Amino acid sequence: MHSGAKRFLIAAIFAAAVVSCFSAQFNRYYLGIAIDVGINIILAVSLNLINGHTGQFSLGHAGFMAVGGYTAAKITIELSGLVPPQLTPLVFIGALVAGGLLAAIAGLAVGVPTLRLRGDYLAIVTLGFGEIIRVILQNMDSVGAASGLKGIPEYTNFFWAFAFATITVYVVTSIVNSTYGRGFIAVHDDEIAAGAVGINPVRYKVTAFVIGAFFAGIAGGLYAHHKQFLSPTGFDFLKSIDIVMMVILGGMGRTVGVIIAAILLTLLPEFLRGFAEYRMIIYALLVIVLMITRPQGLFTFGKSKWTKT
Amino acid sequence: MVYGILRFINFAHGDVFMLGAFAGYFLAPVINKFLPAESYAGGILVLILAMTICALIGIVIEFLAYRPLRSRPKLTVLITAIGVSLFIEYTCQNGHVFGAAPHAFPKLIPYTTWNLDGLVLDSNQIIVIVTTILLLAALRFIVQNTKVGTAMRALAFNEQAAALMGVNINSIISFTFGLGSALAGAGGILFAMNYTSIDPLMGVQIGLKAFVAAVLGGIGNLPGAALGGLIIGLLETFAGGIPGLSNYRDGIAFAILILILLFKPAGLLGKSQVEKV
Amino acid sequence: MDKDMNQPLLQLDKATIRFGGLTAVSEVDLQIGEHELVGLIGPNGAGKTTVFNLITGVYQPTSGKISFGGISTANLKPHRLAGRGIARTFQNIRLFASMTAFDNVRAATQLHRARGIRNALWRGRSFRHGEEKIEGHVMELLEIFHLEKFRDEPAKSLSYGDQRRLEIVRALATKPKLLLLDEPAAGMNPNEKTELMRLIQFIKDKFQISVLLVEHDMQVVMGICERVAVLDYGIKIAEGKPDEIRSNPKVVEAYLGN
Repeated sequence: MHSGAKRFLIAAIFAAAVVSCFSAQFNRYYLGIAIDVGINIILAVSLNLINGHTGQFSLGHAGFMAVGGYTAAKITIELSGLVPPQLTPLVFIGALVAGGLLAAIAGLAVGVPTLRLRGDYLAIVTLGFGEIIRVILQNMDSVGAASGLKGIPEYTNFFWAFAFATITVYVVTSIVNSTYGRGFIAVHDDEIAAGAVGINPVRYKVTAFVIGAFFAGIAGGLYAHHKQFLSPTGFDFLKSIDIVMMVILGGMGRTVGVIIAAILLTLLPEFLRGFAEYRMIIYALLVIVLMITRPQGLFTFGKSKWTKT
Repeated sequence: MVYGILRFINFAHGDVFMLGAFAGYFLAPVINKFLPAESYAGGILVLILAMTICALIGIVIEFLAYRPLRSRPKLTVLITAIGVSLFIEYTCQNGHVFGAAPHAFPKLIPYTTWNLDGLVLDSNQIIVIVTTILLLAALRFIVQNTKVGTAMRALAFNEQAAALMGVNINSIISFTFGLGSALAGAGGILFAMNYTSIDPLMGVQIGLKAFVAAVLGGIGNLPGAALGGLIIGLLETFAGGIPGLSNYRDGIAFAILILILLFKPAGLLGKSQVEKV
Repeated sequence: MDKDMNQPLLQLDKATIRFGGLTAVSEVDLQIGEHELVGLIGPNGAGKTTVFNLITGVYQPTSGKISFGGISTANLKPHRLAGRGIARTFQNIRLFASMTAFDNVRAATQLHRARGIRNALWRGRSFRHGEEKIEGHVMELLEIFHLEKFRDEPAKSLSYGDQRRLEIVRALATKPKLLLLDEPAAGMNPNEKTELMRLIQFIKDKFQISVLLVEHDMQVVMGICERVAVLDYGIKIAEGKPDEIRSNPKVVEAYLGN
């Protein structure tokens, strides 16, 4: 039940390293998409902890991503001239973690006020927080305000994207699949019953937000050092919806499904590129049809090693 | 109103607002063939027609997208509403429909100004005030003094009991959506008359702020919603005039929402609900 | 914290709660000692579940005092009181619907036994050891109530009677000193009721706990309760041995009306 997880983590990171060594051989464009996939997996799995497992419908995940991305980018830009090139991986990791920590604080700031809210209210408030973060960033001259932050060094590569993706998946599933972690799902299923058996709903909800936000921040940092440019409008409500869609398609709480959905939804725009004009219309229709016909998500096939629910 | 009865945020409401403005945009030249351009009669006719179109759109949306999900968890409906909203927005942005670029809204009524001791008001602004008062009065009359309105209030209170009392749930819900959408359409026209530029995404922010206004006033409480709308509108406008704060305009509504939900979640005029354990 | 050995386990002193204009529970005095099986009865709407909610911290009393183990329960949230040793079941079964029967009980063990996040992440020997012990404990409980074969079934797929028993098992997993049962016999047939009565007495003896039972079924109440308190319109109108209560005219009047 428990022993395979750590071994899987190490193996996956090792595999990512190996693939990354050959990355010079790959088509740059497809490599870029693969990195996008890794980043989206982190976003989807981290949001899944909040929305899927704990049942707090958060529509502001892009805000956490923004906090992490801008923080990490600012750090690397400021330090880029001052540090010898051999140390850049350390700086990069440090910047990512700093971004993640700041995003985690943002997660705390969002999680605490939203404790008593349910369903729609929670959704709108988290959306509001995301918008507030965006508006603040749009007015911060130190990070380029509305014109955005340029000149971010390209530190993200295949290895980092997938190593962090694997770490995110490991952390979230390890936590949820423990006895402690059952508390998240208990809070989701029935908060009052959870309280009655000694589970503190406040603690779990806030923890979910903090951990989810942390990894969203890491994803934001990876994103910043991949696209090399950040703009506040890229982290708006629609971006949050994109991430929410991955969690919903994947089946709200089913980690494997969410990962598959993240992969598919990252690749989908590529396939629909021919229908550029109709891409989003089809996407929106898909959402409506999916909710009416199969709201439990597309990928809910039985149980797997990673999902005990 | 919709939230009071169905308990979910209709994300597409802002988009019906937009569709109302566009309806006015396309209707005005047609009406001008029969009635003199820029006349009150013409303007009123455009308003009424646009409201009717929006009512129908709202009823269709409810029937196709929300009714099948009546018994499902609220989250599913919420996401569907987001999907409907995105669908409308992206379809309208398509070059074959309206296109993403802004359009100039035609003048619906003669433009005159009044100068009261330095305060300049124009006819468009007056019309907004007058129409709003009339529509809200009509709405209050419908909700408080008609059978339909009583049925709506009963539904909002307790759906099962209302059904047991012979209320046709489907009809009343359709009616509520139609009514709400008609008002949204009217809002779109009034907005377009004053801000003259319309585009497919004009309803996004407004739709969200409308919800914030409703929560501020006390969800499900109509006078409260009107009060909330007034307060948010005033705060935003004043903030727009304060240098330094004006850039944060869009965030104000949300900041208000968060504060209200923290300190007085039932809203200004609402009653708090106790959950039965 | 010195505990006076003569102090009752649970004590309500003039516990009162008002919701707006409605006084749901009015100045109720109640005492439950160790290893007691007490019944709480009364017509519908008398406030019995509200009393439960007051004891478990779902509601805070508007006035009056409630203490458990000699210490006041004021301003404590339900999960803290669960930690002190108060467990309950609900009138409308509140299982964790998306979880298996096993996990439902497992979720309740995290109170006393689970290791936190750090351990879950590291997955070292102490974590695995802890999880194994928890699994053993959960299976033990399930086996006592003959629910072990449902361990991997989703909780909502169990029969009504089994769900009620599972809810009790889950409550017991929190190692309570006081167990509050809210209409456990509701919807049961006579055989199941007899089995339930046996079960409740068994629980009381094996786990050495006190039980406060809200029930409408007089056969169950009279059959196992050592003491019965009667509520009507939020006021305690009588208390005593089952036989005394049965023949108390105030009680009869409350149930049958004037």
